[in-house]
Amino acid sequence: MNRSASSTTDVVDKQSHPMSDLLRMDRMPHIWCSGCGLGTTLTCFIMAVRESGIDEKKIAVVSGIGCSGRVAGYINLDSFHTTHGRAIPFATGLALANPELRVVVYSGDGDLVAIGGNHFIHAARRNMDILVICVNNFNYGMTGGQAGPTTPVSARATTAPYGNYEYPFNIPYLSIASGATYVARWTALHMRRLKNSIAEALPKKGFRVIEIICPCPTAFARRNRLGTGLDLMKYYHDNSIIKHGADPREADIGMTGKIIVGKFLDIERPTFRDFLVENVWPKIGRK
Amino acid sequence: MKLWRKPLDADTVKVPRGRIYIIKDQCKGCGFCVQYCPRNVLELSQEFNKKGYHPPVAAREEDCVSCGLCELICPEFAIYAELVEEEKQKDSQETQKAEV
Ligand code: SF4
Ligand code: SF4
Ligand code: SF4
Repeated sequence: MNRSASSTTDVVDKQSHPMSDLLRMDRMPHIWCSGCGLGTTLTCFIMAVRESGIDEKKIAVVSGIGCSGRVAGYINLDSFHTTHGRAIPFATGLALANPELRVVVYSGDGDLVAIGGNHFIHAARRNMDILVICVNNFNYGMTGGQAGPTTPVSARATTAPYGNYEYPFNIPYLSIASGATYVARWTALHMRRLKNSIAEALPKKGFRVIEIICPCPTAFARRNRLGTGLDLMKYYHDNSIIKHGADPREADIGMTGKIIVGKFLDIERPTFRDFLVENVWPKIGRK
Repeated sequence: MKLWRKPLDADTVKVPRGRIYIIKDQCKGCGFCVQYCPRNVLELSQEFNKKGYHPPVAAREEDCVSCGLCELICPEFAIYAELVEEEKQKDSQETQKAEV
C-alpha cells in the first residue's frame, strides 16, 4: 500500500479498496452524480453477497436501463445489461435454465414497474426464483427527470411542470398483491438493515422484492427543491418509520409524511420451477 | 473519549482504533461520511481533487473506532477504515506520549 508519511490520512490507490475484487475498478469513478445513493446501495449489496456466504460464481446480476441499470456494468460478477424493462424476462430464462444460480435483478422503478411492469407482475404471479432489487428514485433520472410510475402526487418533473397528478405505485403493495414471497423496503440511509435484508433474501427461493428509496439530487430533488443528496438522507433519517409486518396498503409515499420501511412479508410457496419438476417432468419422461 | 462515569472494566476493555484510507480522486464530495461518522472524525478539506470536488480528511483520526460506517455509506467506494493492531496501537500511543 502506498502510504504518504506526511499526512494523517492515507491516500491510496483505488485497487486497495476492500471491495475492489467485486467491483470493476477500471470503470471507477462511476457515472452516478455526487450525492446519488446508488453507490451506497451497491456497497450494501456487495457486503450482503459476502455475508451470505454464497459462492460468487453462482450469482448472476441482471439490470435494465437507467441509472440503476449501470450496476450490471460495475459489479464484478456475471452480469448482463438488458434492454429497457426486460431484465426480468432475461432473469427468468437464467433462473429456469440453471437453478443453481442465484439470480438478482438490480434495476430502477421506471424500468421495473413501468416499462417492464407486466414482466414484474407476471414473474411475481408465477413465483419465479428471482431477487428483485428495485431502486426507487421517484423519476426517470438518467433521461432528465421525467415523471414515472412512482412519482408522488403533486411532485414536479420535466413532464409534469405543474405537478404530477397520477397516483403512484406503492411497490410493496404491488409486489404482495402480485404474489411475491419476500417484500421489504429500506432507504439508502438504512445501510446495515438493507445489507441484512439482502443477505437474508439472497438464499431464499421465490420472487423476492427489496425496494430501496434512493436520493436523486440531480433530477428529482432539484426540480422539487429538496436540496442535496445529504439533505435527502437527513429527510429519510427524520421521516422513516421501521415497522415490520406493516400493512402494505399504508405504505404509500407522498411528498410529505412518513416513509414506512421494514420487512412486509416473508413466506414460502412453491416456485414455477418446483411445479414444473413435480407435475410436468414425470409426464414428459424427464428427470 | 469523554466518560461521565468510569466503567468498572475500563482497564480491560480496549476501544478499537482505526486508520482511514481515502481514494481522493474517486470522491465526489457528497459529505455523507462527514455527516454520519459517529465519532466526528472526518471533515471536508479545502483542496480540490481531479474532478474538482473537496475530498474529506481524517481531521481527528485518533477518535476513529474503525466502525466501518464511512465505507458503508460512501457511494463512491472512496473511503475505508482498517483496524489498527494492538502492537501498533501501543507504539503509536508511546510515540504520542514522547511527542508531548
Ligand atoms: S440522475 Fe439521479 S439517480 Fe441518476 S445518477 Fe444522478 S442522482 Fe443518481
Ligand atoms: S470507521 Fe467509523 S469512526 Fe472511523 S472514520 Fe469511519 S465512520 Fe468514523
Ligand atoms: S462519502 Fe465518499 S464520496 Fe462522499 S464525501 Fe465521503 S469519501 Fe467523498
